[in-house]
Amino acid sequence: MEHVSLAGRIFRGVALTLILVFFMFPIFWILLMSFQTNEQILRIPPRIYFEPTLANYEALISGQLRTAAGNLQISFMRNLFNSFVLSSAAVVLALLLGVPAAYAFARYKFRLGETIAFTLLSFRFAPPLLVLLPLSLYYQQLGLNDTYFGIVWVYQLIALPLILWIVRGYFEDMSPDIEHAYRLAGHSWREAFTRIAVPLAGPGIAAAGLLSFIFCWNNFVFALILASADKQPVTVGALAFVTASGIQYGQIAAAIVLSVMPTLLLALYAQRYLVEGLSLGAVKG
Amino acid sequence: MTMLQMLRTSGRVDRKARPRGQILPYVLSLPALLVCVAILVPFVTAAIYSLQRYRLNLPYLRGFIGLQNYIDFLSDPAFWNTFRISLTYTALTVVLELLLGLAIALLLRRPSRFHNAVSIALLLPLMTAPAIAALMWKLMTNPSFGILSYLVSLFGINDFKWASDPSTALFTVVLVDIWVYTPFIMILLLAGLRSLPRQPFEAAALDGVPASFVFFRITLPMLAPYIITASLFRLLDSIQQFDIIYAMTQGGPGDRLMVFQVQAYLEFFQYTNVGRSTALLMILWLITNILSNIFIKNWLRLRARAHHQA
Repeated sequence: MEHVSLAGRIFRGVALTLILVFFMFPIFWILLMSFQTNEQILRIPPRIYFEPTLANYEALISGQLRTAAGNLQISFMRNLFNSFVLSSAAVVLALLLGVPAAYAFARYKFRLGETIAFTLLSFRFAPPLLVLLPLSLYYQQLGLNDTYFGIVWVYQLIALPLILWIVRGYFEDMSPDIEHAYRLAGHSWREAFTRIAVPLAGPGIAAAGLLSFIFCWNNFVFALILASADKQPVTVGALAFVTASGIQYGQIAAAIVLSVMPTLLLALYAQRYLVEGLSLGAVKG
Repeated sequence: MTMLQMLRTSGRVDRKARPRGQILPYVLSLPALLVCVAILVPFVTAAIYSLQRYRLNLPYLRGFIGLQNYIDFLSDPAFWNTFRISLTYTALTVVLELLLGLAIALLLRRPSRFHNAVSIALLLPLMTAPAIAALMWKLMTNPSFGILSYLVSLFGINDFKWASDPSTALFTVVLVDIWVYTPFIMILLLAGLRSLPRQPFEAAALDGVPASFVFFRITLPMLAPYIITASLFRLLDSIQQFDIIYAMTQGGPGDRLMVFQVQAYLEFFQYTNVGRSTALLMILWLITNILSNIFIKNWLRLRARAHHQA
């Protein structure tokens, strides 16, 4: 198609290599660090060849951290577990609430729908703390900050708008004719929704669910402000862990690897959905 | 009007049913409404708090003081420091990420297996939690063993302290922001580039139009709506940045990285001053709205022009 000179091709090759190095190196380096002992990490100059150790991961998984000052109990696995529980529950709830609402927004013209769409989008423009700080005072009074439900509920602010936008777009791009025909054949509204509309919008629902899961997992500030210590996800837990473990750099690196691994693997597995979801979510809402 | 609504009302045939006395759509959207209420209640509460003298440690002093919290900020050098740093951070990250993201998208424009693999690899930083990304860079910039500290020492710079030095702290967090969010712009612009109609480019190639002319007169104007959308989203996130800065330095060293949300967080939890904290966030909300309105107006204008050309 387009003719590219040799100099142009070399330039592109060099540029793409530099870009790949810049964006991939941090992940690669932290992964290496997580298999090193503290002595190996502190060596100067740093080496790429070393005797790998699993001690950092063992310490994290067993919850026993050996420091100069003695054994330290850590609950990093608890944080990891919390992240799984909170993010999965939030996405399931958001799909249950969001998919029918997205369908209603796409198929019916009613003012309340526009108002809800507008309010949820406006939240995108508001600083999260503006909602979270007053909420933290309510949560303390209601005792919600010590429950999974309290966090899952505020995670709806992340997951629900995303699901509404993406899934609504999918429903709108689908012709309602098939559903009408199905209804005329004597099926109920609910059957048309669950047997025709939802399966057809499947890719959109999957993309929205995946993106919501990743964004819930990666969220930091909601749980920092609202979650009590034993309900905190990995993002908050990792920061606390850095403060607590001090100079156990290998274990910090291993904790970072464990915190990002689930979302990165999910992203690689479902990259096509992700790109689609991101583009849709951003361009349409 | 929101961007979403503008996009929706444009060019789509309206085939929606009107719910004549139906309750079904209302029932279906009830849960979403509940979430809206859950957002709006704390939001209104925050607006009310911002008009009060309200300190958690001095509850008996609580009372309405009108706009006093806001007025206090205007004569407070700490506020103007926050204002300046937030806007500098936003301008730097949005501009640099836009330029870099556009450059990468242009490099990857032609679909090929290798190009697609690169764009997938670049998804990974975007899918890393920003707070964790900050910790990763903190390890890499550690003065005693950080690989980046080692690398700059090879160039004879031995005392580069990254985020712990006031003169390089902003540079360091901007770098982390670029690492995390440039792929976002890249993905949007790549989708935009690949969806552009081919005729103008083919015509230009036939006429032997120079590449720079094609880029500035055809590619950029046609891509403009995508560029504006991507920058608007980055702008909103960037001016409200909290995770990266809080995880990296908690606003320090000193107040060198004190951006709006970090200052509001500290006002609330450290000084327990609810009134001041919420007033600060209301100001941030106002600034965000002004900026996004400017963007959306330009977006509309550019889109109208792009349609006109096409």
